[in-house]
Amino acid sequence: MLLQQLINGFTLGFIYALIALGYTMVYGIVRLINFAHGDMLMIGAYTGYFILNALGATPSSLVLSLVVSMMVCAVIGVALERICYKPLRTAPRINILIVAIGASLVIENGGRILPFMGPNPRQYPQLAGSVNQLDVMGQQVIISQQDIIVIVVSIVMMAGLGYIVKFTKIGKAMRAVSHDTRAASLMGINVDRIISFTFAIGSAMAAVAGVLFASKYPQVQTYMGILPGLKAFVAAVLGGIGSIPGAMIGGIILGITEILSKAYISSKMADAVVFGILVLILMVRPTGIMGKSLKEKV
Amino acid sequence: MKKIKSFPLLLGISLFVVLIVSVLIKLEILNEYVAQILSFAGINVIIALSLNLISGFTGQLALGHAGFMAIGAYAAAISVMQFNMPIFVGILIGGVVTSLFGLIIGFPTLRLRGDYLAIVTLAFGEIIRVILVNLDKLTGGAAGLKGIPYFVSAAAIESDPAVITWVPVLNFACITLTMLLILALSHNLLTSSYGRAIISVREDEVASGSMGVGSFQYKMIAFCLSAFIAGVGGGLYAFLFNYLNPTDFNFLRSVDFLIIVVFGGMGSLTGTLVAGYLLTYLQEALRFLQDYRLVIYPVLLIIMMIFRPGGIMGSKELSIVRLVRTGSLKKALQRETAADREEQA
Amino acid sequence: MSTVLHANKISIEFGGLKAVSDFSLNLESGELVGLIGPNGAGKTTVFNMLTGVYLPTSGDITLEGKSLLKKQPHVINHYGIARTFQNIRLFKEMTVLENVLISYHAHVGYNFVSGLLHLPSFKSREKEMRKNALELLSIFHIEGKQDELAKNMPYGEQRKLEIVRALATKPKVLLLDEPAAGMNPQETHDLMNLIRFIRDTFKLTILLIEHDMSLVMGICERILVLDYGQTIASGTPDQISKNPMVIKAYLGEEADFSA
Repeated sequence: MLLQQLINGFTLGFIYALIALGYTMVYGIVRLINFAHGDMLMIGAYTGYFILNALGATPSSLVLSLVVSMMVCAVIGVALERICYKPLRTAPRINILIVAIGASLVIENGGRILPFMGPNPRQYPQLAGSVNQLDVMGQQVIISQQDIIVIVVSIVMMAGLGYIVKFTKIGKAMRAVSHDTRAASLMGINVDRIISFTFAIGSAMAAVAGVLFASKYPQVQTYMGILPGLKAFVAAVLGGIGSIPGAMIGGIILGITEILSKAYISSKMADAVVFGILVLILMVRPTGIMGKSLKEKV
Repeated sequence: MKKIKSFPLLLGISLFVVLIVSVLIKLEILNEYVAQILSFAGINVIIALSLNLISGFTGQLALGHAGFMAIGAYAAAISVMQFNMPIFVGILIGGVVTSLFGLIIGFPTLRLRGDYLAIVTLAFGEIIRVILVNLDKLTGGAAGLKGIPYFVSAAAIESDPAVITWVPVLNFACITLTMLLILALSHNLLTSSYGRAIISVREDEVASGSMGVGSFQYKMIAFCLSAFIAGVGGGLYAFLFNYLNPTDFNFLRSVDFLIIVVFGGMGSLTGTLVAGYLLTYLQEALRFLQDYRLVIYPVLLIIMMIFRPGGIMGSKELSIVRLVRTGSLKKALQRETAADREEQA
Repeated sequence: MSTVLHANKISIEFGGLKAVSDFSLNLESGELVGLIGPNGAGKTTVFNMLTGVYLPTSGDITLEGKSLLKKQPHVINHYGIARTFQNIRLFKEMTVLENVLISYHAHVGYNFVSGLLHLPSFKSREKEMRKNALELLSIFHIEGKQDELAKNMPYGEQRKLEIVRALATKPKVLLLDEPAAGMNPQETHDLMNLIRFIRDTFKLTILLIEHDMSLVMGICERILVLDYGQTIASGTPDQISKNPMVIKAYLGEEADFSA
C-alpha cells in the first residue's frame, strides 16, 4: 500500500512543483507573492478543456492543449503584470499584495460570469487509456495512464526550464535580475523585459500544471486554482522561496505528505496537515530547504 | 465662547445618535431589514477596525480575519449555549480565545520580515473552516450551529412575549455601542506612546528597532489585539444572526473586510467607520447585480490601489469635534495638531 | 576617563566576502571620534554591527563591560547606544514631534492600560514628553515645525531630526552616519558646533562617519581610517592627515586635508 501511496504522492507532487516554480521565480525577481498564480492553473485547465472537448480526447489533442494553454496563460500572465503590478512597482509591498488578491478574485469571479465558463463545475474529457497493474515485490501497484503523463510531462517541463535558466542568455539575465535588480539594469539588462519573461514562463508552467491536474482529477471550475495554488506556495516556502530546485523538491515533498496524511491520518484533515507544515517550517527554518537568507541593506 | 471638552462632546453625540436610531427602530419607522443592515454594518466596522489595526497601522497584511471572526463566533455561541454563560461573558470569551489563536499564529510568523503573515493567516482561515466542519459534535459541523439565543435571554422572552419586539433595537444598540467603544479605545491606543510604537514599526522596522522599539513585541501586541477585536465582532455576529455555518467564514469574507479597510484608508479609523457603513449598504443595494458584484468589488480594489492607494481618507482622521466647532469639513479632515493633543492630554 | 564602548576584533562576512575584518575600537567616555574611509570601506557595516543590525561573524563588542553580541537592536538601544542612518530613515508618515516621541517610548512611564484609557498618568507624562521633545527640537532650530510630516521637511532638517530622534533615546554613545551629507559649508559649520555642544551638554561619547574632511578634522579628537574593511590608520587629525597610507587610500577621492 505504501508504494501505491508514494506513487500517488509523486504524481501530485510534480503538479505542485510545476506551480511552485512560477511562485518562486516571480518572488525571486519582484519579491511579490503572486496570489493570482493559482488562477493561471484554472485558465490553463479550461483552455485544455475547450480544446479536448472540440477535438476529442486523443494524445495529439492533449499535446496541442498543453501547448495552447501555455501560450494563453503566458499572455495573460504578462498582461497581468503590465496592467496590475507594474504601476505599483515602487509602492509599498502591502499595496501590491492587495492588488494581487484583487486580480485573483477578478479572474475567478470573472470566469463565473463568462457565459462559456460559468459557475458550474464541468467534467474533464479523459483519454481513453489503460490502467497498468504492476507487480512489485508481491504487491499490486496501479499506475494509471494519467499518472504516467503527469510524471513524464512534468519532468520534460522542468528539464526545459532548467536548461533555459542555466544555459540561455535570457536565463542568465533572469538570475542576474533576481540577484540584484539595480546592478542588472546598470549592466544593460532590460529589467522590464526580464520580468515579463518570468511571468510568461511561470504562467506557462502553471498552465501545464492545470491541464495535468484536470486530467488527473477530472473536473474544472473557476475556483479550482485556489487550493493547489496555496499548497504550491507552501511548497515554494518549504523548498526555499526564490530557489528553483527548492520549488521542485518542496513540491514533491508536499505532494507525498498530503497523500500520506490522507491515507494514514485523516482524509478530511490532510489540508490542515499541509498548512501545519508551513507554520512548522517558518518556526524552524524560515529560509526553507534550499533558500538563502536575504539581508536587508541598511 | 467656552470650549466644550472633546470627550463629553463626542460621548454626547454618539449616545444621541444611537438613541435616535434605536427609537426609530422601535417605532418601526426604520423596519427590521434596515435595522439588520445597520447592525451588520456595525459588525463589519468592528472587524475592519481590527484588520486596520494590524494591516493599516502595523503594516502587516493579514488575510484570515474571517477565520478569527469564526473562532470568536463559535466560542461565544458555544459558551452561552453549552455552558450557560451570560451573553456578555460569552462575547468576551470569544475575544480571548481568538486572541490566543492570534498568539499561536503570530509567534512563528511575525518575527520574519516579508509577507509570510499574509499567507499564513490565509492558510489559517482555510484550516479553521475544515476544523469547524469536523468538530461536528461541538459546532454542528457542515449543517451549521442552530438555535443561538438573541441578545436577550430565552427566559426573558418566555416571561414576557413583548420582549421580542425589542430584539431589533437591542441588536442595533448592543452592536453599535460596542463598535463605538472599540473605536474610542483604538483611537486612545493609537494616540498613546504604545500606538506610536506600533505605527513606527510600519514606517521603518530597522529605524524603530534602533530607537528602542522591539518590533516583534509590538507586532505581537497589535496582532493579538486585532484577533481579540475580530473575535468580539464574531461573537456579536453569532447573536445577531442566531445561526452559524462554517461556509460563512470563507476567504471572500476576509476580502470583504480588506476592501473596507483599503477603501476607507489604511491607517484611518474614521475612514474604516465611514467605509464600513457605506460598503455594507452598497452590498445590499447591489444585490441585483448577482455574480457581477463579485467582479466589480475586486476591480474597485485594484483601481483604488493603483490610482488612490490611500483610500477615501488616506491616513487622515475625520474629527467630529472639529467639525462641530468649526463647521468646516475641510478643517475636520486635517491632521491632529499638537494643540489637539494638548487638549486631550 | 573610562572605556565606554569597546569592540574587539570584530569581523563580518557576506557570502564569503569579508566586509570588515578585525576591527577594534575603544571609545573613552566623552570622546568625539571620527571614522573615515573611501566608499565601500565598511564604515556603515561597523555601525550596523555595533547596533545589532548585523551579527559579527567573530569578535566581541561590549558597552561598559556588558556584551552586546546577539542582542536585538532595541535592547542595545536600551543599553545606551543610539544612531542615525546614512540614507535617512525617519518615520516618514509621522509628524516631526511624533518622530521624537517614539524615542521616549523606552522611558514611557505609564502602562498599556493607562494609554488605552488616557488615565491621568498618561496625560501628565505625555505633556512632559512633549515639552522635552520640543526643547530638543529647539536646540536644533526645528521648533515650530513639530506638526509637519517628517517626509515634508527639507533634507538638511531631516538629517537634524534624525540626530534629535537618536538623542531623545538618552544614549551614552551616539553614532552619527554622515550627519553633514548634503549640507552646504555654512550648514556644516553650524552642525559642527551643534555636535560639540550636544556632546558637552548631554555628556555623550560620539563616533561619527563623515565624508566632509573639514568637519572630521575640525571636531574629532581622534580618527580611525578604514579601507577595504581593514583599519589602516588611527590617531589625531594631525597624524592622520600626514599618514602616507591614508593619503594613498584617498588618492582617487581628491581628499582635501587642508581644512
